[in-house]
Amino acid sequence: MVSTQAQKSIFYRLHIDPYLLLGLLALMSISLTVLYSVGGYEMLYRQVTRLAIALTAMIVIAQIPPEWYQRWTPAIFLICVLLLVAVLVMGHTGKGAQRWLDLGFTKFQPSEIMKLIMPLMVAYYVSQYTLPTRFKEGFIALLLIVIPTLLIAKQPDLGTSILVASSGIFVLFLSGISWLYIGLALAAVLAFIPILWYFLMLDYQRGRVLTLLNPEADPLGAGYHIIQSKIAIGSGGLWGKGWMQGTQSQLEFLPERHTDFIFSVFSEEFGFVGVLLLLSIYLLIIGRGLWIANQAQDAFTKLIAGSIILTFFVYVFVNIGMVSGLLPVVGVPLPIVSFGGTSIVTLLAGFGILMSIHTHKRFNIKR
Amino acid sequence: MKRKRNSIRNHSAESALFVRRSIVFFLGILFVVGILVTNLYYLQINSFNTYKTRSNANRISVQTVPPNRGLIYDRNGVILAENRPVYSLQVIPNKTKHLQSDIERLASLLSLSENELSDFKSKSRHSRSFKAITIRDQLTPEEVAKFTVNQHLFRGFSIQANLKRFYPFGNAFTHVLGYIAKINTRDLEKIEERGERARYQGTHYIGKLGIERYYEDILHGQPGQRQVEVDSWGKVIRTLSFTSPVPGKDIKLNIDINLQLKAQELLGDNRGSIILMDARNGAVLSLVSAPSYDPNLFVTGISQKKYQELLESKDRPLINRATQGRYPPASTIKPQMALLALDEKVITEETKIFDPGWWIVPNSKRRFRDWKRWGHGLVDVFHAIEQSCDTFFYDTSYKLGIDRIEPFMRLFGFGEYSGLDIAEETKAIMPSRDWKRTRFNQPWYDGDTISIGIGQGYWTVTPIQLTKATAMLSKRGQNIKPHILNSIISAEETITPEYEVTQAVKLHSQRYWDVALEAMQGVTSKRRGTAYRTFGDAPYTVAGKSGTAQVINIKEDEVYDADKISERHRDNAMFVAFAPFESPEIVVTVVLENAGGGSSNAAPIARELFDEYFKEKTSAASTPEPGL
Repeated sequence: MVSTQAQKSIFYRLHIDPYLLLGLLALMSISLTVLYSVGGYEMLYRQVTRLAIALTAMIVIAQIPPEWYQRWTPAIFLICVLLLVAVLVMGHTGKGAQRWLDLGFTKFQPSEIMKLIMPLMVAYYVSQYTLPTRFKEGFIALLLIVIPTLLIAKQPDLGTSILVASSGIFVLFLSGISWLYIGLALAAVLAFIPILWYFLMLDYQRGRVLTLLNPEADPLGAGYHIIQSKIAIGSGGLWGKGWMQGTQSQLEFLPERHTDFIFSVFSEEFGFVGVLLLLSIYLLIIGRGLWIANQAQDAFTKLIAGSIILTFFVYVFVNIGMVSGLLPVVGVPLPIVSFGGTSIVTLLAGFGILMSIHTHKRFNIKR
Repeated sequence: MKRKRNSIRNHSAESALFVRRSIVFFLGILFVVGILVTNLYYLQINSFNTYKTRSNANRISVQTVPPNRGLIYDRNGVILAENRPVYSLQVIPNKTKHLQSDIERLASLLSLSENELSDFKSKSRHSRSFKAITIRDQLTPEEVAKFTVNQHLFRGFSIQANLKRFYPFGNAFTHVLGYIAKINTRDLEKIEERGERARYQGTHYIGKLGIERYYEDILHGQPGQRQVEVDSWGKVIRTLSFTSPVPGKDIKLNIDINLQLKAQELLGDNRGSIILMDARNGAVLSLVSAPSYDPNLFVTGISQKKYQELLESKDRPLINRATQGRYPPASTIKPQMALLALDEKVITEETKIFDPGWWIVPNSKRRFRDWKRWGHGLVDVFHAIEQSCDTFFYDTSYKLGIDRIEPFMRLFGFGEYSGLDIAEETKAIMPSRDWKRTRFNQPWYDGDTISIGIGQGYWTVTPIQLTKATAMLSKRGQNIKPHILNSIISAEETITPEYEVTQAVKLHSQRYWDVALEAMQGVTSKRRGTAYRTFGDAPYTVAGKSGTAQVINIKEDEVYDADKISERHRDNAMFVAFAPFESPEIVVTVVLENAGGGSSNAAPIARELFDEYFKEKTSAASTPEPGL
């Protein structure tokens, strides 16, 4: 026991949670394996650099004590909302959507920072009051969630707006808001769907939903992606076709093989067994995250830890759901596994906050 | 921490609430994951056979057909960049009978090197057995013939024909055309940022430098698509539909091949740059930077060693001196300085100054030397330009001050991008008080202005800036924008972009232009002019200005002695000129690094180029221009 105690304290002093780190590294290894299969050495190399940057960001953020976040959250949130407005007004258009803000030396997406700051802001607000959160506070918190979500949805970036909204809503749920209000809100959302469908959604987004409902209607057009993805997953079978032997992905039937549809490649090559292994790793990380949230010392840190880990789960669910034909294709990556720079940095920054919460406790409080 | 407490906080109750909610969520997560797993179980286990069949029967595949890159011609229609077919040998491993023995037989047939064999081995280890592997990239015609004759012995091996960019004139056009090379990670990121990934599917090359880079968008074209029926291993059985690619548009440059080659020849082993430009519209007829290098090396993929050599060479061949070389303008800018002095009434046509061979900053002992040790005597503005008298301009610039000089020179394009259609360009430095403050954190001294008066000190220019400024001078302040592109040619139409000419420099009197321009003509036509020896017998009228730029600072009262200084520290020779004087048609800029005096070394080169230009012009009148 002495040796484990010593080990733990080393990680503790570095402000790193070894269990989370192990889980994340396992996901990264899977990511690199699949990326090599679809993109060869070059893609592997590019992802390794990105992962290195993201891991560094995580470790740096883990060093910052949670009190600091509490102090700066409102200011950062405000700046972020202003930046989102700025993006709409003068953003850089990439792939037909305005998401990037050109700062001269670099371009970045304010919506990525919003993913991180949203749960912090809502947690900051509701933890000012006693829990469970009551109606009035809950309503104001809802406004804090809705404004940035609409700004992002307008860019248009449906995937990110879903993630931002859910990260805020999770805080509200965790803060113990009455089930009655949750039921009412759900009803309101259902009522909102027709408005969304007819007034807010763009043609291509409507197309994606229609495609989901009946992909076979247009097998070479809009339904092509979903059909090919389902064929890839299904033809993987129990054990998969083997590494680098997935014909669906290697013969380029699959779209976006290295980003949004990487789960299909993985399922094709490693089969149902591989899928269960991957989902187990995700569940272990999520379980550990929830445990950390419950161990946290005050309401603020509990809420943000809980929200970060639940949002992480939303990524997993939405991505796997969309590539396996359960949800519309909204452009959410498979967390840590998909190729991509900013989303990985944001995700690992979130884990940095989790680790910071877990390793910056004041020991004098014992209940 | 400040908290608005509505009631006393009950931490253990809050904690218990949080635990309850977390458990609800965890159960929710397990439920949702259960749905995912059930769905995946249904796909992968229950419907495995269906999807396996569909995967095998997946027959319709969409392939991208890359477009052919546009060609580049000179103004006479001579081809400067073309696409040549190259042949590469490929094999699809799972189509062969005995890969190992086949490769061995092939090795003896085409004498494959050890390197190629080990390369192939490592490639085949890392690649899918149904994907083609390239064995040799560039086959000679003999090798193609040899293999084709024996093809029946090699099942699964095939020869692929591709087009490869080729620059027939090698290093003569490198600094104009640039080159294309393999798309790398950074290019990919840029392509993705522009949302053009689909457009570059199947394309392996992209313009990296010069015209090839600047007009990438025009030269590249649009890829086509081929819907094909394939078997489960990806082999094409037949084509179902085909949209042909739209080839890139061809480009015709203003560059004249004869003048370009002549200029390159005249530069010889010198380091430096020559630009010839049409003074009337800014069409660049020739743009040379020496030393140069062979752009074809980069198309085929330059070896690390060779690239390192180019990169580390003391002569810096990779630098485009015409647009990136920063040189002190020296005396070449004296005509512009005289214009400003006249316009600001600091001098008049009649102002005379006595030059004893030096000039002293008023109220100080700081002494500036004239290049002529014993002085020019009594000089007026004509004399001062013709003989390039330094003392006259020390005095003039002292009276003008940097705050009047800097904005005026910017009107002529100094310190600004010339607008040339090459992306590799520097603005060089047009110094000002603010500039010195930010750069050195020092105030501007009078002495700094004195050096500026003769184009020395902090002031640097590029040869293209000098060319533009000379053209603007010859056109009495019209803004002439240099450009290399003449027209864009596609099957449907030929587009020749028009360039707007505006009046950029306005003076109070036209007479001031006369003074500066007549003095420049005096440089070449009057017996006392610095370039009289070179241009005295020219059959056309020329206006010019020589410049000799110090590369190192010569201390006060020290005399420049070329023999005592190492070669790299010798003066830069420069010459700018236009002709004919009465109706300017052509501007020439010659910059020679470490070659010595401008009038003795650079002016003769300008003379030969003018001769060539006028010779070609008269002969072109008798022989019709080759059609395109």
